[in-house]
Amino acid sequence: MKILVPVKRVIDPYVNIRVKSDQTGVETDNVKMSMNPFCEIAVEEAIRLKESGKADEIIAISIGNQQCQETIRTALAMGADRGIHILTDELLEPLALAKILAKVYEEEKPGLVIMGKQAIDGDNNQTGQMFAALTDLSQGTFASKIDIEGEQAVVTREVDGGLQTIKINMPAVITTDLRLNEPRYASLPNIMKAKKKPIDQKSPADFGVDISPRLTVLKVVEPPKRQAGIKVESVSELVEKLKNEAGVI
Amino acid sequence: MTTLFFIEHTNGQLNDQSLKAVSGAKEFGEDLHVLIAGSNIDESVTQASKIEGVSKVIHLDSSEFDNILAEKLTSAIFDMSGDYNFFASAATTTGKNVMPRLAAKLDVSQISEIVGVESADTFIRTIYAGNAIATVQSSDTKKVLTIRPTAFQASNIGDSSCEISKISPENIPTVSEFVGEELTKSDRPELTSAKTIISGGRGMQNGENFELLDKVAAKLNAAVGASRAAVDAGFVPNDYQVGQTGKVVAPELYIAVGISGAIQHLAGMKDSKIIVAINKDEEAPIFDVADYGLVADLFQVLPELESAL
Repeated sequence: MKILVPVKRVIDPYVNIRVKSDQTGVETDNVKMSMNPFCEIAVEEAIRLKESGKADEIIAISIGNQQCQETIRTALAMGADRGIHILTDELLEPLALAKILAKVYEEEKPGLVIMGKQAIDGDNNQTGQMFAALTDLSQGTFASKIDIEGEQAVVTREVDGGLQTIKINMPAVITTDLRLNEPRYASLPNIMKAKKKPIDQKSPADFGVDISPRLTVLKVVEPPKRQAGIKVESVSELVEKLKNEAGVI
Repeated sequence: MTTLFFIEHTNGQLNDQSLKAVSGAKEFGEDLHVLIAGSNIDESVTQASKIEGVSKVIHLDSSEFDNILAEKLTSAIFDMSGDYNFFASAATTTGKNVMPRLAAKLDVSQISEIVGVESADTFIRTIYAGNAIATVQSSDTKKVLTIRPTAFQASNIGDSSCEISKISPENIPTVSEFVGEELTKSDRPELTSAKTIISGGRGMQNGENFELLDKVAAKLNAAVGASRAAVDAGFVPNDYQVGQTGKVVAPELYIAVGISGAIQHLAGMKDSKIIVAINKDEEAPIFDVADYGLVADLFQVLPELESAL
């Protein structure tokens, strides 16, 4: 079985986000970029399925600017077999990404697609579900456990009240939640090996889908700042303040 | 035209988060229908028909919807989509699972977790874990949105009912099936609806120590939450998690215990009315957002707090 893993390049999760003063977006120049953490979990899960004999090839795909090749290389260094890079300098919306992925799906015919539940830049949490819709595949979102049982996948999902288990027909789309696994670090020999693995480069135009934006970002601003309050010296002072000053207990 | 809002329910009760989010859907300024799904749910259907501002309830009456699966619900909503120009739900795990699938079927974008409505085509939402707030305008003729419940006040359930229309959908896809669920059992209120929340972080040291929080929570009728660090360390299950990748909450009182205050966590609780931080590290960033800070060892503070309440 082939597994397709879409990966996204985002601002590193440990970088402080700065909103541009002209309100057009967030500063990305000279900012450290990394693979989206949920995508790392997806790559790791695909590798584990391969290691357990359930999969034989892992394809990492990224859609974005030239630097996305680095993100694909990271996936290859972790253990993916080959890469596909769809080169575009435009920031595509989830619907457009899903349309391109659906075309790649038709070409590659993977048995499973594993991707992050959301990217930590736009926080949209949409692309997996949209891709599943366009390909008419079943979807197992927010997965914390995946078992492949023949032609079906049993997926444990993180839901608001706890955990839900569903059984979905394969091929399927699974999106990853935090507790699915802990991604490995690529070893130096594997980073070297990854440089020789193939990355096929294409452009959105090769797929003939409508990727025009549907949304216009009118402005991006900083959130209102919360002011620090006071320090209390003791539990009794805290309880007194909560009762008499704040009136919340 | 009309808005179709998908409302969730459990055990004869409408979901609190849906009741808040439906208030956001009213701001689209259209006639408002609510969609409710499942079999033998007359009580919830009746309640839904009494939500102020709702003009019609559509009841998808089938056991296929006793547990909501995205493939099935999307197909049913798609079949009635011609009558509507807005589709919305609360940004719950169910809403987030279903609405993007619906949007793609309709070939429109989806706008996630809006926290404000500027006009019928312009919405406000947070990005980058709440570190930036974007105003976005949609050019799609049909709009699909999820609404962050904490940004809106719960709608009232009044006395008079509106029209209820029962539908038994056909040709429901069978590509997925529900196997089971393991819901966290707790005597405490739900995190997302509790008026008071007490959360523990890595400073709790282990899962057993969360009992100290439970005892205080019992006195305050509070829900117990956790930071991602505490969840990652395996102290408590993931559904305790408050933060960008967990639950977004906005209670009257939020008590953060042994939580340093990573951006990720702040994104999930900084809209709380009063924030209390208890941490032995006085440099912890959580103090920058706290109304009341207590620099002390939590293992001394928690038993004291329990007996003081």
